[in-house]
Amino acid sequence: MLRITMRNLLARKLRLVLSGFAIVLGVAFVAGSFIFTDAMSGAFSGIIKGTTADVEVAPKGANDFDSLQDRRTVPAEVVDKLAGLTEAQSVHPYNQQQGVYVIDPDGDLVGGSGPPGLAFNYSDTVAITGEPILSLTEGELPSGTSEIALEESTAERAGYGIGDEVELVTAGRDPTMTATLTGLMRFGSAGGLGGATLVIFDPDAMQELFFTGQDVYSGISLTAAEGVSQEELRDAAQPLLPPGVQARTGDDAAAANEAGVQEILGFINTFLLVFAGVSLVVGTFLIINTFSILVAQRSRELALLRALGASKRQVNRSVLAEALAVGLLGSTIGIAVGYLLALGLKALFAFFGLDLSGASFPITLRTVLVSYAVGLVVTMIAAYLPARRAARIAPVAAMRDDVALPESSLRRRLIVGAVMVVGGVGLMALGFAGEGEGGLALIGAGMLAILIGVALMSPVLGRPLIYGLGAIYRRVFGTVGSLATQNSIRNPRRTAATASALMIGLTLVALMSILGQSASASTDKAIRESLTSEYVVSNVVGAPFSPKIAGQIRELPEVETVAQFRTAQAEVDGSFAFVGAVDPNGFAEAFDLPIPGAVTALFRPGTVLVEESTADRGKYEVGDTIPMEFQGGTVKLKLTATFPPGALPANYLVTPDTLIKGGLEPLDSILFITKQPGAADADLRAAVEKITSEIPTVTLKNPQEFAAEQKEQINLFLYLIYALLGLAVIIAVLGIVNTLALSVIERTREVGLLRAVGLSRRQLRRMVRLESVAVAVLGAVLGVLMGIAFGVALQRAIADQGIDVLSIPWLRLAVFVVLAALVGVLAAVLPARRAARLNVLRAITTE
Amino acid sequence: MLGATVADSTAPPHDHSVAARAVDLRKVYGEGGAAVAALDGVSVDFAAGEFTAVMGPSGSGKSTLMHCLAALDTATSGQVFLGDTDITRLDDKRLTTLRRDKIGFVFQAYNLVPTLTAQENIELPLAIAGRKPDRAWFDTVVDTVDLRSRLSHRPNELSGGQQQRVACARALVSSPDIVFADEPTGNLDSAASAEVLSFLRRSVDEHHQTIVMVTHDPIAAAYTDRVVFLDDGRVVDEIREPTADRVLEQMKMLSSGAVAGTPAEG
Repeated sequence: MLRITMRNLLARKLRLVLSGFAIVLGVAFVAGSFIFTDAMSGAFSGIIKGTTADVEVAPKGANDFDSLQDRRTVPAEVVDKLAGLTEAQSVHPYNQQQGVYVIDPDGDLVGGSGPPGLAFNYSDTVAITGEPILSLTEGELPSGTSEIALEESTAERAGYGIGDEVELVTAGRDPTMTATLTGLMRFGSAGGLGGATLVIFDPDAMQELFFTGQDVYSGISLTAAEGVSQEELRDAAQPLLPPGVQARTGDDAAAANEAGVQEILGFINTFLLVFAGVSLVVGTFLIINTFSILVAQRSRELALLRALGASKRQVNRSVLAEALAVGLLGSTIGIAVGYLLALGLKALFAFFGLDLSGASFPITLRTVLVSYAVGLVVTMIAAYLPARRAARIAPVAAMRDDVALPESSLRRRLIVGAVMVVGGVGLMALGFAGEGEGGLALIGAGMLAILIGVALMSPVLGRPLIYGLGAIYRRVFGTVGSLATQNSIRNPRRTAATASALMIGLTLVALMSILGQSASASTDKAIRESLTSEYVVSNVVGAPFSPKIAGQIRELPEVETVAQFRTAQAEVDGSFAFVGAVDPNGFAEAFDLPIPGAVTALFRPGTVLVEESTADRGKYEVGDTIPMEFQGGTVKLKLTATFPPGALPANYLVTPDTLIKGGLEPLDSILFITKQPGAADADLRAAVEKITSEIPTVTLKNPQEFAAEQKEQINLFLYLIYALLGLAVIIAVLGIVNTLALSVIERTREVGLLRAVGLSRRQLRRMVRLESVAVAVLGAVLGVLMGIAFGVALQRAIADQGIDVLSIPWLRLAVFVVLAALVGVLAAVLPARRAARLNVLRAITTE
Repeated sequence: MLGATVADSTAPPHDHSVAARAVDLRKVYGEGGAAVAALDGVSVDFAAGEFTAVMGPSGSGKSTLMHCLAALDTATSGQVFLGDTDITRLDDKRLTTLRRDKIGFVFQAYNLVPTLTAQENIELPLAIAGRKPDRAWFDTVVDTVDLRSRLSHRPNELSGGQQQRVACARALVSSPDIVFADEPTGNLDSAASAEVLSFLRRSVDEHHQTIVMVTHDPIAAAYTDRVVFLDDGRVVDEIREPTADRVLEQMKMLSSGAVAGTPAEG
């Protein structure tokens, strides 16, 4: 039997290619996700290890990979004390500053506004990797506040050479400054900052510019003396440190930072794997369909095998063995394609500011094992159903001319489908009631169950649609149109399965576009209703900038008030909290929060306002004391009021002194400006823009423009999701190509007959094309309808989290259906050409 | 190169009573030493309004001849005329139109599109051409094949004989210049065969239809006006007013090789 299986495979190379393709793409997505996250993990691990010395001394929670700029410092006398340690070979105090961006000669921000802009002082510290953290490769070290060095890739991207005047935007003393480039430096050994930029100053200049000239440091790196371990050095250093400052071994510090990075990467990996899963589900449909058609076409041959004495098991196994071979081959190619896909993701993420050009893309054993497991399991499951049917073929069928495979009745499918839909709705309801990741998983499982249920029922559900389309076809295309319609309903399961693959992709596309549109509309509403300031000054991605800007704007005669909005992250009861901070004075003018009572009375130092749904989830009530864990320590605050979702870009609102207590450097994220009564809009705009024009990160806008900027972010995210769902849609389209191609082969004689009685090649191609369009439109319409249902349900469910406006982008959804029809035309190109090329005579006489 | 060798020496046929004509038709499969001539210089006329059978042992080239005459296959050299048209000079597009408008087909099996009803199948060539069937003629044809009660049925709801009658009706409904039938009764029992053959006979007698039928069944051949015998790619003999016995006798002689190589012009 094995030999027959292998011969079957080789005799049908085309089918092999087509059915293997689904596996290749699905597995490629899985492998690509892993390879990509491994590459990111490796790159960040390299950066972390390359900047960590034997022992790191810093205020607790400061200077970590995921820390915000910390305002706490280590006084200079600590450096002198540590220098006295015999365990330390050398002591390297350092200063570092976030929010220092390089402006290229065209006036644009290097690296866009995504990745961080960093500044270090120069030091000759050696990292635990044995390499110096910084090494001069060209030119000289900078000295004084008007000279800088740049990290090599930063200089290259900006297009600056030694001797050039470099423009900088900083969060320090001077919001903008110009300095002469004196040298280029290499960072670590890997030579890559993951897209971040790095400016290097002279140590004194660093203190002068960013630490108000005090002799204080962000931290101190220690190199162990000969024969002294990291632990010994740490234990020797710790007693010399002031309270709140800790010494960590380089290994511990690196591990802690890597754990932080892994948490983010794990999220990205899960995010990508969800899309890989979608592709695999779609691919499963394609494989089931392909094998069903192959088995149907080979049913005579299989019956002959049965007649010659092969057992049901043997027939079953021969089909499964074929699937196994296809799965193995598909997975192997899939891993290779996955590698290419990871490179594609690199390019995609580079667009969002993540630069992995220096990273290596490893194919680990885990990646290989997971890929094969996924590829084989999916193929075997998908081939099992057709194999079982193949085994049920009666031996006598070999003698008959027209062999029909035993098929389960549509009624049974309807019942099973209905049960799945009901079960899926139940799961979704449970998911909405639940919380966190478990809830999300339940909602996802519910949606999957509903989708499969609808796919099972679609031979019946799709019928009216096909008939409707058929009526149009007949009117417009006459006989060719009705032939196409008949072809698409002659095997409702096949058509439905092919359409279902597209349906799943389009359901998610439609769902995401509804959620995106609703989020945009909700943003509009929130800004329209709660923002009373006439102008907003902000960075596109909310990256912080120097408070000096607010000071300068406040002095303008056209300006009445400026509210400085700051952002931070904290942990509350173990969950992540977006914290906003604003001065109570001026806040009332900028915002119209529907809070019972006077804002000035409720909102003052030591209090916190909590967004309603966050308060509900945490069961916080007015009067409770909420401990907020910032990187510099825990601050306890009294909850005095709640505010509605969407009103502010934060879940928690505190006063600025709370952030300072939490150890954070006071940097502004958004400024809300109200106009002096009587001042002209144009004057205010001109005056503020004069201040902000030098800083590309920061722009002035009115509330509508501010809303548009927020929506731009939503759309950007939406496009990323479209791109990721695109692969599932491509698999679905391949499914249409596959089904059509196999159908054309199956109907060779019929095609020959039609040609013999006078159907022209053009008419024949049109017939195939129309069938393809019917399948694609069926899938698209079902998908969009499901997407609308899911979209409405999800929006309702998360209405209390800020997306409180339901907005359905009808035009966009209609465009999806039209695009699907075009995709149908494209999918038909090859099968139609194949059909038209058939030799009439051979087609008629074919067996 | 197709047909170039004899194109100059042969004038187009002026005799309008000839519906189809093959002139020195050659069809060679394979190349060089492996070349096999399925048709080896066949010249034959088929008169309008006549029912002709083409017979011969397996591999004699009878099916190839019919495929070339019916514009389903292209000859290696020689010419085929349908009426006044030299079809060896036509491109695929014109051949398709020709098949649609001027030729009717009945194959041995698989004559009908399974998704269409009997009526839709009958009207298929007209529908493809975007023409409306002549109601009166359609009724005549349907009544002749006795299918009125079956018009709304799909092929899988019809018996083999009924299916072949639908195929015959389809071949006739567009009033083609000539109908080619390739073993139309090959898959039928004798009663169903008789139905189909007498229907073909009647359409010649009553409507002056021209029919060329390939068959290996002497009883089927006996329904025709004339039998042309092929052997080894050549026309070897012909009989007018055939009876089953005479045809059978001739076939026996052919298979024993007695008349092989004896050219007989029609």
